[in-house]
Amino acid sequence: MEPVTIDAKNLHYTPLNIRIRELIAEGKKKIILNNICGQRFIGNGIRGGDVEITVNGVPGGDLGMFMCGPTIIVHGNCDHAPGNTMDSGKIVIHGSAGDATAHSMRGGEVFVKCDIGYRGGIHMKEYSEKRPVLVVGGKAGSFSGEYMAGGLLIILGINREAPVKGKGIGSGIHGGKIIIRGDIDEKLLGIGAKKEQLTEDDRKDLEKYLKEYCRLFDYDYIELSESVYTKIVPASARPFAGKYCWE
Amino acid sequence: MCGIISVIDRLGNSMDGEAIKKALSLMDERGSGEGAGYAVYGAYPDFADYYALHVFYDNLVEPKVAVEELLEKWGKIEHSEEIPTYSSGRMLKKHIPWRYFFKPDTSLFANSESQEEDIIISLIIKINTMINGALVYSSGKNIGVFKASGWPEEVADFYRIQDYEGYLWLAHNRYPTNTSGWWGGAHPFNLLDWSVIHNGEITSYGTNKRYLESFGYKCTMLTDTEVVAYLADLLGRRHELPPEMMVKALAPPFWDEIDEMPEKDRNLYTAMRMAYGPAMMNGPFAIVVARPDYIAGFTDRIKLRPMVAAEAEDRLYISSEEAAIRVMEPNLENIWMPDAGEPVIGRLRR
Repeated sequence: MEPVTIDAKNLHYTPLNIRIRELIAEGKKKIILNNICGQRFIGNGIRGGDVEITVNGVPGGDLGMFMCGPTIIVHGNCDHAPGNTMDSGKIVIHGSAGDATAHSMRGGEVFVKCDIGYRGGIHMKEYSEKRPVLVVGGKAGSFSGEYMAGGLLIILGINREAPVKGKGIGSGIHGGKIIIRGDIDEKLLGIGAKKEQLTEDDRKDLEKYLKEYCRLFDYDYIELSESVYTKIVPASARPFAGKYCWE
Repeated sequence: MCGIISVIDRLGNSMDGEAIKKALSLMDERGSGEGAGYAVYGAYPDFADYYALHVFYDNLVEPKVAVEELLEKWGKIEHSEEIPTYSSGRMLKKHIPWRYFFKPDTSLFANSESQEEDIIISLIIKINTMINGALVYSSGKNIGVFKASGWPEEVADFYRIQDYEGYLWLAHNRYPTNTSGWWGGAHPFNLLDWSVIHNGEITSYGTNKRYLESFGYKCTMLTDTEVVAYLADLLGRRHELPPEMMVKALAPPFWDEIDEMPEKDRNLYTAMRMAYGPAMMNGPFAIVVARPDYIAGFTDRIKLRPMVAAEAEDRLYISSEEAAIRVMEPNLENIWMPDAGEPVIGRLRR
């Protein structure tokens, strides 16, 4: 099926999103958005596992929020919270993303080729077969995986001095896991987070997403697979027990 | 939430207000239609040696007579006019913006290193606290602030901001949260050379306000950002701190970070935190401070508000969103998200 192209130059996000929904309702599977500059909420709440949207430009915040199934490929940087509370589907960002990337994500995958801002993966969660995954190729800012309740956050630090620029990794984490390439200084961990060795299962879990990162962004898998990784998990299910109330 | 954007041309070349109006309007969602404003440096080349006093009048009778009487007592009004405005749609002229190009008479004031500035500040405090229906909101040489309640594009059209030119611009779209939206509460805030735009809230407002009051400043704009302009004036002008150190006084490193520094830095930052404890700002913020020779952008120490910087040739941009910068300049050479508390400074090279 021929892709449908929308020129989004000077187009507000409301008519843009209405048009995207109309096209999906008409059965269109491939949509290309050109000249995107700052339009928020692109693809919010859209459904359909076989729908693919290509975004050429720099979208505004909350790309793919509540999305259920489709794939969004961005050729440019993203603003805050791409993948916010996403249910399922995939977001591939050929660039960097802003603060709170994959905010409260509950399923699906977000792959970022380069860096993310602060609080990436904040409050990701999982339930039953739903398990969100955020893979960051470059570096992440402070408080990555803050209040994480589930899911998997992978930070690779490719071509960066360190994978994490900042501190408070996994601050308040009480579910899920964070895997970071290289060793991580204990003092960078947030309250409630602890370091552990990767198990065989963790390694298998990781390899699957490393392969996908390399496929999407044409990167050398051998280099990534031969690296050392650190796992960060909750120290307890209730990191703040006793902090705000007593029992 | 709020939206900020600023640009400096480091060679001092002029830009008109059309592009920054479009950039700010791209971030309409960051505001609520209750406040927007623009500051332009290099706005009044014909009166570059005079203080450009912008005043909101509630009427042109009592407050205007009282202000002019005071100004004439303290110096010379070279030129006076209503700031041209163009009402349409929702934009009503709820205050009458007026401008004076004024030179104070230094022979009338006690001697100090900065007699002219001291006279201007004392006049602003007198007008803003004692003359009902008058508010001075812009007072720099060759600097103009244009602000009102409305959306970014409405406020820009109200003042025809595209007709102004300058080498340094600040623009702000307000989403008032803690105090109501009104013309005086819109950003930028200005005092003499200093202008400030701010996204976030200064939860240390009470401490900062009391500290500033001990130096003679009076807060009259009913909102937290005002203290940032006065802190910049106190630290940057009166205490002559360079912008890097001013930012480190306002958003200092944490004590555990200071403990890890080499001895020289540890001593410096310990002294800074002790000397400027009451100037330290808490709460979420992304701020740009401007004066005629630089802009400095910085966020709070745990970065609870976004800030993006970018360069294209001689221009440095600082904004809440990359897309807004791209509206002004699609071909950016360098884009980055500065770390928490780390200043981004664009200096004039001329």
